[in-house]
Amino acid sequence: MIRFSCRLARPGFAFDVAFEAGAGVTALFGPSGSGKTTAIRLLAGLEQPDRGHASLDDTVLLDTDRGIAVAPHRRRIGLVFQDALLLPHLSVRANLAYGRWFTPKPERRIALEPVVDVLGIGHLLDRRPGSLSGGERQRVAIGRALLASPRLLLMDEPLASLDRERKLEILPFIERLRDEFAIPVIYVSHAIDEVARLAAHVVRLEAGRVAAAGPPRNVLSPALAMAGSRFDAVSFLEAVVTRYLTDYGVTVLAHPAGDIVVPGRSGPDGARVRLAIPAAGVTLARGRPEGLSVRTMLTGRLTGLETDDGPLALVSIALPGGDMLRAYATRLAIDGLGLAAGDEVTALVKTVSIDESLLAGRD
Amino acid sequence: MDLLDGWIASGWRLTAEEWTAIELSLRVAAVATLASLPFGIAAALALARGRFRGKMLLDGLVHLPLVLPPVVTGYALLLLFGRRGPLGSALEQHFGIVLSFRWTGAALACALMGFPLLVRAIRLAIEGIDERLEAAAGTLGASRAWVFLTVTLPLALPGVIAGAVLCFAKALGEFGATITFVSNIPGETRTIPAAIYGYVQAPGGEAGALRLSIVAVVIAFGALLASEWLARRSRPGARAGEAGAR
Repeated sequence: MIRFSCRLARPGFAFDVAFEAGAGVTALFGPSGSGKTTAIRLLAGLEQPDRGHASLDDTVLLDTDRGIAVAPHRRRIGLVFQDALLLPHLSVRANLAYGRWFTPKPERRIALEPVVDVLGIGHLLDRRPGSLSGGERQRVAIGRALLASPRLLLMDEPLASLDRERKLEILPFIERLRDEFAIPVIYVSHAIDEVARLAAHVVRLEAGRVAAAGPPRNVLSPALAMAGSRFDAVSFLEAVVTRYLTDYGVTVLAHPAGDIVVPGRSGPDGARVRLAIPAAGVTLARGRPEGLSVRTMLTGRLTGLETDDGPLALVSIALPGGDMLRAYATRLAIDGLGLAAGDEVTALVKTVSIDESLLAGRD
Repeated sequence: MDLLDGWIASGWRLTAEEWTAIELSLRVAAVATLASLPFGIAAALALARGRFRGKMLLDGLVHLPLVLPPVVTGYALLLLFGRRGPLGSALEQHFGIVLSFRWTGAALACALMGFPLLVRAIRLAIEGIDERLEAAAGTLGASRAWVFLTVTLPLALPGVIAGAVLCFAKALGEFGATITFVSNIPGETRTIPAAIYGYVQAPGGEAGALRLSIVAVVIAFGALLASEWLARRSRPGARAGEAGAR
């Protein structure tokens, strides 16, 4: 259990944040300048608050009232930076061994081989950081932090400097380390898809304060309404794996509103899965259309229409089971179909537009 | 053509006295460089990374020998470290160390004159290191001392080498402060520049002056080449096949 509460005033920036984080991934989420990185630096001991308290399980890391401020190298908190910050004069192997070397022998819980396996960096060990790609470097940085057997792993926008493909390459590794090494993770990001995929608990920061905290469904949806950028709007649904179709390489999930087909294998039968569905990837229809390639058709009731002078409307659909699905449609199409609040609609979702991830915690 | 005649008459051969001057110069310069290196690194680290009152003063003191007339530096050394000077008499009483008119005194004078060059090169190298690398090492469990030994120092090594070579070259050529502080005693404080000065002052010394000058050029050039080679070898990631793969 991590307890954090710090205040800090700098010219043009006031920071007053308190939160708690347990096992699994806790996301610090918010726009840039909201204080995410400051919180991380305070936890790591790289910055000092005007007043504050931080503890990890029963170890007090920081207590300004009692004059306690444990030095960064004694906190045993791993930190993965946005830039990998590998030591350029050392080989990948030496970088990985660096933190391990400073860890007291009885506390070395994590061995080299499983980390190298999970991160897929075995073939890089004898290379120098300068010759690695951005994604490879970031994986080595994660491994280096892990091998110091930290009691808490802080990740400060670890994927922000990577392009989308590299992100998709690394996200599964972060999921595996979350599940296999049982180290609590505090994950800083302003990317809603990363947060939705990884975190069991989200702390949303705004202008140096906590705006909301809780499970992702509760915290992220209001954030979407405020995000402004319409193509960032994403809905989160929960479904259960029913079967994997080996011949087609897709998984069929059961949702009260209808079956959902996602690419790849999502998990064992019966596993609960959280899906992120971008509003731009949803098509609306009256009744159940036939002769389409779309396999996922969800039936629900239209509850809201948000429009402005622009060509698009954001449609909210209440699905059976309580989930909310959002869809973009042109105002032209809304009027053409004569859609209004209270109507029953079918939402068509293209399989390829769905991003899924196993639920981290059963919240 | 007196000079050429003298040159031909004496041939290439260095006299025993000249060999002594060369050996002494190398010893003085090496001791000056090596002994000032720890202090130079400490001063550079303080100036590059430290946040303390009096940093400007330290900066000024370090650079003073660079702008002061060398004779003034030598005279200040004589006042402080002479047998009757406050530091000189204390050193002699408590440790039996005498610097004035000894080769060790020449090394002190040379170290002081080379110090600004040493510190400057190392400081620039340290300032060029991404501080976040040091913070990253800290979060991995390395104390400040370990961060310095395993991150800062290795990454600053090209600068340390460059600074040491500059300091060595300056020490080889140092004349004004040395001759003022420790005079020009054959076998004790007569370094190459002092010997050349002596030759030039005495009639018929041109050939000796030329021989020693050539030796000085050869040593200085060799030192520069060696430093270039060392710096290339020690630059992180600069070995063949590893550069430019960002």
